[in-house]
Amino acid sequence: MKRGYVKKWVAMLGMGLVIGATSMVMAADSPPAPKLEVNSGDTAWLMISTAMVMLMTPALAFFYGGLVRRKNILSVLMQCFMLLCLVSIQWVLFGYSLAFGPDIKGLIGNLSWAGLKDVGLTPHNIYGTTVPHQAFMMFQAMFAIITPGLIIGAFAERMRFTSFCVFSLLWITLVYDPVAHWVWADKGILGTLGGMGALDFAGGTVVHINAGMAALAAALVLGKRVGFPEKISPPHNLPFAVLGAAMLWFGWFGFNAGSSLGANGIAVNAFVVTNTAAAAAGLTWAIMDWIFQSRPTMLGMITGAVAGLVAITPAAGFVNVMGAIGIGIGVGVICYISVTFVKAKLGYDDSLDAFGVHGVGGIWGAIATGLWATKAVNPAGADGLLYGNPAQLWIQIKAVLITMVYSFVVSYILFKVIDKIMGLRAAEQEERIGLDLVDHRETGYTMLD
Amino acid sequence: MKYIIAIIQPDRLDDVLDRLTSKEVHLVTVTNVMGRGRQKGIAEVYRSHKEAGSLLKKIKLEIAINEAFVKPAVDAIQAGARTGSVGDGKIFILDLMDVVRIRTGETGSTAIG
Repeated sequence: MKRGYVKKWVAMLGMGLVIGATSMVMAADSPPAPKLEVNSGDTAWLMISTAMVMLMTPALAFFYGGLVRRKNILSVLMQCFMLLCLVSIQWVLFGYSLAFGPDIKGLIGNLSWAGLKDVGLTPHNIYGTTVPHQAFMMFQAMFAIITPGLIIGAFAERMRFTSFCVFSLLWITLVYDPVAHWVWADKGILGTLGGMGALDFAGGTVVHINAGMAALAAALVLGKRVGFPEKISPPHNLPFAVLGAAMLWFGWFGFNAGSSLGANGIAVNAFVVTNTAAAAAGLTWAIMDWIFQSRPTMLGMITGAVAGLVAITPAAGFVNVMGAIGIGIGVGVICYISVTFVKAKLGYDDSLDAFGVHGVGGIWGAIATGLWATKAVNPAGADGLLYGNPAQLWIQIKAVLITMVYSFVVSYILFKVIDKIMGLRAAEQEERIGLDLVDHRETGYTMLD
Repeated sequence: MKYIIAIIQPDRLDDVLDRLTSKEVHLVTVTNVMGRGRQKGIAEVYRSHKEAGSLLKKIKLEIAINEAFVKPAVDAIQAGARTGSVGDGKIFILDLMDVVRIRTGETGSTAIG
């Protein structure tokens, strides 16, 4: 009975999306007065970056997919691919307008850009002033797609697919879009465009803390997997995870260096510090493994590298290469402790360490930006504590706390409500069988042929 | 006729097959299996979480064989598989009632090799 109800619900949701799409008229180019020139170099780099960030979602799928048991690989790949489709549509219909559309009290955009009305092929006077407005919109779309993807790590192997779809659509609308507005939109309350001045170059708060806190809420509401922790099999395909992590590293150059919105010096700085921080953190994790487990591990090294990429994200356009090494070593140590000791002590089942890596790494990165940021790298940024401006550190901490509380509370409520209405978790028998077969009637691997 | 089932360490397979070949025992079926005995496994570590899985990877060999070859085959398996530590495995020898070669319909000891 519950199933039938859910199906009807999803069908209505789908119809709503389609009707919404067809009733909206595509906008002509935006009319604003100041004539801004499109720069071909900037536009080319931003479009390439957008494609690179798009690749990160399937990369994440293989990173996570390799870490789950073989009976659940398709469920993880499918969730990531569904986000690619679902959020892409949400974004052009109304998501972009909520996040970046004309401001309402610094909290959210209004709906006047729904269906990309007024979002045209000439530059916007604030968002990427040298690229077509739609290029900026598309770049941001890829961020909106991957962010709910990160949360999958916390509820992998036990959340029902229908509930996942409903949760993701609501979460992206009620959590991601507002937080993106606060930090990056014109007049957003947390950011540097008329807000309190928190630095977040490429999404430490918007993407990683945001997703990480939702992941913690997911782990707490859903509870542990059957058999956790003793009876959970090891990762079924580590080479997939390594391939995924390597593709994430590659895509992250688009994520961070693309966030300068142009082919310029800041982009190159972001490129250099992104690579450096990932390397420092991967190395740190290997050394920690050497010390505490007597052998460095493949999974440890890729986990460290991803943590380094997470931590450098908010800082990429504001710190120099020595700052990147500090941030990378710091996140290696902190995330290692959080995943190895803290998680074991607290006993929650964050299946693939979405909170332990993205939440904790994101928090460290955002705070570390307040330590190592320097105007010598980016005059449009700010100096951090180590460059004589302790006030910036405090601003960073405030922005981190606000994001943590908002994301955790709203995500927690969303999970609870969806659980009440349609059930969040697969039945125990379904979980034992595996979500590939239960939710999709498919298997990732055949026994014969 | 006997049916020999041997459970051995995966890393001893090549050696066992070489020794069987040298005793002119060519027909053998090999499967990857999981099992447990008194041996403790090599604990694997994933993000510092130790997986001391209770089941270990082993190799199973199955050989249908005429009486004259039983002793040489068992000796070959034991010589190839033995390392001297716990977990080297076991050899089971069963009576085999009949064999049918599918292609020709031959039965009994002529069908076996």
